[in-house]
Amino acid sequence: MTELASQPDTAPSVWQSAVTLMTVAAICTALVAMTYYGTRQQIADNEQAWLEQSLKPAISGVPYEGDLTSDPLVISAPNELPGAGDAVVYRVQSGGNVVAALFVVTATDGFVGPIRLLIGLQDDGTLTGVRILEHKETPGIGDLVDQSRSDWVEQFVERSLGSPPVELWAIQRDGGEFDQVTGASITPRAIVKAIRETLVYFEAHRESILTLPSTGEAVTPE
Amino acid sequence: MSDVTPISSRFRRGLWDDNPGLVQLLGLCPLLAVTSNFINGLGLGLATLAVMALSNLLVSATRRWIASEIRIPMYVVIIASLVTCIELVFKAWFPALDRTLGIFIPLIVTNCAILARAEVYASRNGILDSVIDGVVMGSGFAALLCCIGFFRELIGRGTMFARMDMLFGGEPMPGIQLADNGLLLLLLPPGAFLSLAIAVASKKAIDRRRQKSASFRLSI
Ligand SMILES: Cc1cc2nc3c(=O)[nH]c(=O)nc-3n(C[C@H](O)[C@H](O)[C@H](O)COP(=O)(O)O)c2cc1C
Repeated sequence: MTELASQPDTAPSVWQSAVTLMTVAAICTALVAMTYYGTRQQIADNEQAWLEQSLKPAISGVPYEGDLTSDPLVISAPNELPGAGDAVVYRVQSGGNVVAALFVVTATDGFVGPIRLLIGLQDDGTLTGVRILEHKETPGIGDLVDQSRSDWVEQFVERSLGSPPVELWAIQRDGGEFDQVTGASITPRAIVKAIRETLVYFEAHRESILTLPSTGEAVTPE
Repeated sequence: MSDVTPISSRFRRGLWDDNPGLVQLLGLCPLLAVTSNFINGLGLGLATLAVMALSNLLVSATRRWIASEIRIPMYVVIIASLVTCIELVFKAWFPALDRTLGIFIPLIVTNCAILARAEVYASRNGILDSVIDGVVMGSGFAALLCCIGFFRELIGRGTMFARMDMLFGGEPMPGIQLADNGLLLLLLPPGAFLSLAIAVASKKAIDRRRQKSASFRLSI
């Protein structure tokens, strides 16, 4: 537009063009707005369903009541959980008590990019399951940790900070207990570290994580 | 002005003779980036096809009012809005596919094959012809995405038609498993370039062979 405006001899048609362009832009915006309102509810439902679908396998074996996403706790950044930014914990209810917590955290030191993880813990700190929500690791190398490619994440079920002791919470190559993927130790190392940090964090703040009311605002557990 | 070419030969042009990806080599970024399996190729192909047909429709319908100095911003506004709509539709109807295609749905905006059709065809032809042109050229692009996706999935992973549920709903489908593992190279970015090169070379070879046999027939 600025280019056109700087040519005085085309001045009359500039206005015309501007009006045409604005009209088309307005019509297009209306089109987008209509689509947005038409699909908004469905998209929100899909996102909720996707979240629940991902949460469920991470608390395998723990009986619960109600909606898994109904009692979120937002932990404000900075915190000692893996990943920058606020972290979300979904508390799982049974018989009026919180029996488990699902942490959504991000391992930042993957081979390609951040790895979003879902880590399920019972109230006593025992792992109920680990799920990889999102990653960009190399297909065929780093992505072998993904639950759709192998059952690598299953080795964490029933483990906790005492089993094995914290210094053994590492992959075998680093002297720890956990299987790595041969020829790709960077991705598993990042994930094991993220799980260990989450366990340590939970142990330190267990009471408040299990009892703080869900206000929707970010809080800092004691 | 009306295009009198019969539909069948227009399809032939879009799918083969003037295929936007294979011959004009347009829109290579999505083509190379998402085609690690068949379903991704099909999903992005269909989205591109829809945007192409609709943008041709809108460009053709408004062509009388579009002065030539502002036609490019106009096309961009139209295409960008359509892509946003398609993205919302994908999020609503094919959430799983939307998750795997991710950024490549919004990036359809930058597919110059769409802009090229608006410029060389829709801005000069009637609405119906322009829509047909969008469908035809979009099909050509989608078909190429599907072929390359099929090939890379087959060689790279040893499966065929895995995860068709992302488009059609239902339980996750593993597809047809032919081998436990494949040639990883095909799934990585270089594999995309190699596959495209194979596709372009094959087309050239087939065309040449045809030409030869045609001239041979003429000479006897
Ligand atoms: C193209 C390419 C992609 C790779 N992608 C990954 C990956 O996603 N995750 C990973 O842990 N290692 C990946 N690696 C391997 C790492 O560079 C490194 O060699 C490996 O993690 C070391 O594993 P090791 O300690 O078991 O030998 C990749 C290597 C190459 C050449």
